[in-house]
Amino acid sequence: MTEAAASTTPAPATDHGKRFLVAWIVASVIATPLVAIFLGDHLPPGNGSAQAHEQVFDNSWLLAIMTPPGLFVVMFLGYALWTFRNRGTVGALEDGPPIRGNARIQTLWMVITSAIVLFLAGFGSYELVQSGAGGGQGPTAAFQPAGYQKALDVQVIGQQWEFTYRYPTYGGIETPHLVLPAGTLVRLHVTSLDAIHSFWAYGLGVKADANPGVDNIVYVHTKDPMQFDIRCAELCGLWHGYMFDTGHVVASGRFTSWIKQQQSYFAPVSKYLPPYSTTYLPDPSQRAG
Amino acid sequence: MSAVAIETTPPLWRRLIGFNLLTAVVLGVGGWYLGWFIGHQVAGASIDYFGDIDQNDVAIFCGYIIGLLGFLIGLGFGVYPWSRMRGYPPSLREKETEGAGRYFGLCTDHKVVGIQYLWGIGLFFFVGGLNAMFIRMELLSPTSHIFPPGQYLTLVGMHGTMMMGMFTSGILGPFANYLVPLMIGARRMAFPRIEALTFWLLMSAGAILTTTIFFGGFPTGWTGYEPLNDQANAGMDAYIVFFALVGISMCLLGLNMIATIVTMRAPGLTWSRLPIFCWGVLSTAILMVLAAPVLVAVLGMAMLDRTAQTTFFLPTGGGSPYLYENLFWIFGHPEVYILALPGFAIVLELLPVFARKPLWGYRLSVAGLLGVTLLSWLVWQHHIFVSGINSDLRPFYMLSTELISIPTGFTFLCGLMTLWRGNLRFPVPMLFCLAWFFNFLIGGLSGVFLSDVPSDVTTHGSFFSMAHFHYTIMGGLVFTFFAAIYYWVPKMTGYMLNERLGKVHFWLMFISFNSTFGPLFAIGFLGQPRRAVTYAHTLQFLNDWVSISAFVLGFSLLLFLVNFVWSLVFAKVPAPANPWGSRSLEWQLPSPVPVHNFDRIPHITSDPYDYGEARGPVAVPAPTGVGGMS
Repeated sequence: MTEAAASTTPAPATDHGKRFLVAWIVASVIATPLVAIFLGDHLPPGNGSAQAHEQVFDNSWLLAIMTPPGLFVVMFLGYALWTFRNRGTVGALEDGPPIRGNARIQTLWMVITSAIVLFLAGFGSYELVQSGAGGGQGPTAAFQPAGYQKALDVQVIGQQWEFTYRYPTYGGIETPHLVLPAGTLVRLHVTSLDAIHSFWAYGLGVKADANPGVDNIVYVHTKDPMQFDIRCAELCGLWHGYMFDTGHVVASGRFTSWIKQQQSYFAPVSKYLPPYSTTYLPDPSQRAG
Repeated sequence: MSAVAIETTPPLWRRLIGFNLLTAVVLGVGGWYLGWFIGHQVAGASIDYFGDIDQNDVAIFCGYIIGLLGFLIGLGFGVYPWSRMRGYPPSLREKETEGAGRYFGLCTDHKVVGIQYLWGIGLFFFVGGLNAMFIRMELLSPTSHIFPPGQYLTLVGMHGTMMMGMFTSGILGPFANYLVPLMIGARRMAFPRIEALTFWLLMSAGAILTTTIFFGGFPTGWTGYEPLNDQANAGMDAYIVFFALVGISMCLLGLNMIATIVTMRAPGLTWSRLPIFCWGVLSTAILMVLAAPVLVAVLGMAMLDRTAQTTFFLPTGGGSPYLYENLFWIFGHPEVYILALPGFAIVLELLPVFARKPLWGYRLSVAGLLGVTLLSWLVWQHHIFVSGINSDLRPFYMLSTELISIPTGFTFLCGLMTLWRGNLRFPVPMLFCLAWFFNFLIGGLSGVFLSDVPSDVTTHGSFFSMAHFHYTIMGGLVFTFFAAIYYWVPKMTGYMLNERLGKVHFWLMFISFNSTFGPLFAIGFLGQPRRAVTYAHTLQFLNDWVSISAFVLGFSLLLFLVNFVWSLVFAKVPAPANPWGSRSLEWQLPSPVPVHNFDRIPHITSDPYDYGEARGPVAVPAPTGVGGMS
């Protein structure tokens, strides 16, 4: 090990810091709008509902906001590794300059990262409080969309290993198909009869865990008629991988005729269903043994 | 030492009798049957009343617990407490001999325990990796085609539990046990017997986890969510005992590390001279001590639910699965940082050596580690954002989760600025450290999507979150684990690892890792849920791409294994005392390190990062009598 100290190392001829910063700012200014414009609207989960659109908006904004910090680290690494690599002109164990820190850079870094973080949290919260952003909110939903009083109630019941659906405003019938009217605010009540499932209606941007004994409410405002995938997103046992389904958003006229048809089709068994309830577990205080 | 060697060696049959691994296995298996018998006596009749007539969980739990006690007593963990109870004087160490036999039993030499850990957790890393290969083989096609669904879930669960419990949670085992006493100038850990106990507890846990295959596996994945946990067959009992033992092992390991670093630093090693690696160990240990008991408690409750018909987590009996989810993640989120912080610490420890510069912003990087330690307690509900609990608290958990990126950013800043204007060279450990920046950057940025509630609704429970935590844990911790192996194994064994094979290993692993987990972000975004054996046909191309990349990744790890065995068993290129030119205390000792580490306890005169400064020796021997107790 040589005893070469900082004094013998010549000061760098070029101002690497300034050069890197300029390159980074230029790259960020070019890349960030490109990401936002060209990738933005193509991000999932699409435009199937107001909530799905909120998620696309969040996803594209987050991606755009994260572009400059991502570029910073990658470009910094690239610049530093190339510029300051050992080129064989000094010994491999020759020491570099003994820089132990820089209060200004540290403060600036803290201020900038804090500002980004606070902005992200504020931005996400603002999006969230509109209507809960398609996430399950539990029995007392904190974030209700406008006009929630008139929402159409639909119950989603998870059990091992399928989802069934009840329509309390249509006599509480239970069907194995999820069909929703277009352009309507729907209040889904997600619950389970056994293990924890998670109701994931991908195209609608809805995900809500189905807990036994819990009424997990999620609001979704449908748009145009469409078809969407339904999957269970929480490991629920043996056939979890086969717990998928297809749902439909249809024009309100077709919805009315569909529900009438279902009512008559299931009429022979509907009378044996337990009365509609938000959850279907025995009351523990009533439980014998 | 020489006095021990003079004794005549007794015949082989005599040496097999006594407290050793053979006795331990015999007592362990015997204890299992004893416990099984007791369990059937205790709970035999009640089994007919309560549901599952095909299994007796009480007998299985009794078997595991009594078998474990037999195993530990057979190893000799009962000898010292027993002799103390009979009035013998206290002693600090035992069984510190030379030779290969010490690696197969209770040994209180911290260097032996470190190497035991390295082989032990390495073994489970490769078994867990093999499970991942099977998973990716199954996912080559969109429908179930190799494994039946139950076996597939067991594979997923075994991969997760082995990697989480047996490998990454034990990551402090090899390096912290081996290096902390050397770095702080001590001759041992504060509690050498507990140190040995943590290792053997972890290995027992691994053996117990493996027995789950005899009971039909377990369907819950590594999280073990209720009520599925209660519903599952007897394989679940193995999971519960396994994870509880991991928790006990982690807690004890953490206590030992904290006690050692706080009380046993050599004279002159002030807090501001402590190597950053030790700061990382300290903050990880704090998390371990506080988080692991929660895990043990929640699994104890799950065990009672399965045996004594308590209903902590069963809604039909007035319990709540939310209780399990919350308790599990109160442990589980600090656990995530138990896996991340050692990686931060290794990167920051190694960069100054290969940049030939002092660590930039020492205080800031310590603040980063401690800041993460603190904040990691406030974020656990982001794992259950869509579960339907506490919807009004979501903005808070969103904020607290995103706040963690501030102290994590300190680590990035300090690491990056250490490179700036350095004299950079790129041997294998440095390459792995640099890969950490790239991988953890992607892991961290993708984490922002998961912390933002609207985006989390898209990504939660999908392959996106799976890709995210593989980028942080595999890209963050496993890459630094290999950095540490290439860097410190010459110190531990006295032999260098092959540099050229190491570089091939690195590039193959780095490229195939990104090729495996990068596309998983897209797959998750496109709607594929985790742990499902089926997926949409449209995603088959991406899944096949990922599977083939994963096989290459597996091959790169085999390459490492070849390098490791070749270099240590066959090539045996002796390592110089200080091959990397480090200023850290452990590199001032000969390789491998003698049993008692330091002839004289050193007096530390500077921190280990004084590159480029006018400097003398790192440490001078302290006056006789200081810290001399061995």
